[in-house]
Amino acid sequence: MRALFLEELTRIAPDIDPAEVSDEDHLQDDLELDSMDVLNLVTALHLRLGISIPEADYTKIATTAAAVRYLSAAAGGE
Amino acid sequence: MGLFVMPSLGSDMESGTLAEWLIAPGDAVARGDVVAVVETQKGAIEIECFEAGTVQELKARPGAVLPVGAPMAVIQAEGEEAPAARPGSGPEPAAAGQPALTQETVPSAPAMPRASAVRASPAARARAAELGLDLGAVTGSGPGGAIVLADVEPGGMRDIGEPSSRLSEMRKAIAAAMTRSAQTIPHFFMSQTMDMQGAIDFLAGRNEKAPPAERILLGAVLLRAAAVATQKVKTMNGHYTDGAFQPAGQVNPGLAVSLRGGGLVAPALADVPSMTLDETMAAMRDVVSRARAGRLKSSEMTRGTLTVSSLGATSGEVMAGVIFPPQVALIGIGAPQWRPWVAGDRIVPRQVITVTVAADHRVSGGRQTAKFLSEFETLISQPEAL
Repeated sequence: MRALFLEELTRIAPDIDPAEVSDEDHLQDDLELDSMDVLNLVTALHLRLGISIPEADYTKIATTAAAVRYLSAAAGGE
Repeated sequence: MGLFVMPSLGSDMESGTLAEWLIAPGDAVARGDVVAVVETQKGAIEIECFEAGTVQELKARPGAVLPVGAPMAVIQAEGEEAPAARPGSGPEPAAAGQPALTQETVPSAPAMPRASAVRASPAARARAAELGLDLGAVTGSGPGGAIVLADVEPGGMRDIGEPSSRLSEMRKAIAAAMTRSAQTIPHFFMSQTMDMQGAIDFLAGRNEKAPPAERILLGAVLLRAAAVATQKVKTMNGHYTDGAFQPAGQVNPGLAVSLRGGGLVAPALADVPSMTLDETMAAMRDVVSRARAGRLKSSEMTRGTLTVSSLGATSGEVMAGVIFPPQVALIGIGAPQWRPWVAGDRIVPRQVITVTVAADHRVSGGRQTAKFLSEFETLISQPEAL
């Protein structure tokens, strides 16, 4: 799930090196994603995994570690 | 006989490097077709053709640095007779008085190799042209056997630090344009703080039921409100050139897009007032992702009639910007802030935004900008109507 998340993240932000993303990097504060990038990432994850993350849950995918936890739980719960 | 020249993609552009031809002699082209990719300080730009016709001749080779106005190709308009004999030496009235080519130009090369015959990245093509390397003799290591920069670099791929140098080139171009703006445009600024809670709640309700692909960002609401309000204030929409204001017929707002690492581009959407909110959002999404990938179109770089700079969800409260010449206004929109707000006879917590107009005093005054702010406030107070 982590590799998948990083793959979609770096597709949205091609200048980010996946090897340098740490689990606790904040998508907006550290990786400089803006609201359009976050929406594109959520859209890509929806297409890839069928998981539609509501806006109210955006804070739960704010770091790679949090996103992997959230997506794993959502994928397992379905 | 149409001469296709290096276009000006902004008042700060002096020259561009031809990275790739997407046409070859004999090809039919339509108005709006992307015919070439040109590297500029603002990244790679797809150059569109302004008239329909048939490509007669390519006059510039990939890798050539061409000043604005330099001939690039000859395109014969529809219904025109092909020139008799003497290929490449036909009449070229538009070339008179144009700046001379700087380097690597091929005034009458009769047979240019077709650019798409060999699969190679634009950077690899440009470097190969610089080195005088025949791409047909190079083995590609990229996807599908495509030739990438590393394949043409002598001694293998070196760390040439291209992204950072491109960014510093972009900063130089921004600095030149903004310095000129600050020195020549008599700016004045007018701000108003407005209640955004209605629009924020409207979007939250709408997006709650929508799959991610159909969600709308606050930025799209703000861009549409700015464009529609501008329709009512002609003195904010157009260009100041040759000592006079030229009002524009339609509102093409440039959208300031920040690139990671400090770059900034402002591609323009065409005629936003005629779009729905969904269409505005789709157009924004498209242009922002292409700005990130460094693939904007020439028309997007040149058609802007004013600029909207929105700080997004988590940023500063007020943005008083610098006008992008030759435009005459820039709308700066701060991030929403929770503030005590007087509604009727009560004080309630509301999210508010501060909209700041930077306007050119040669063209407009306080009354016009106040009218814009009042129109904008009315529009965002009825988000469902946008």
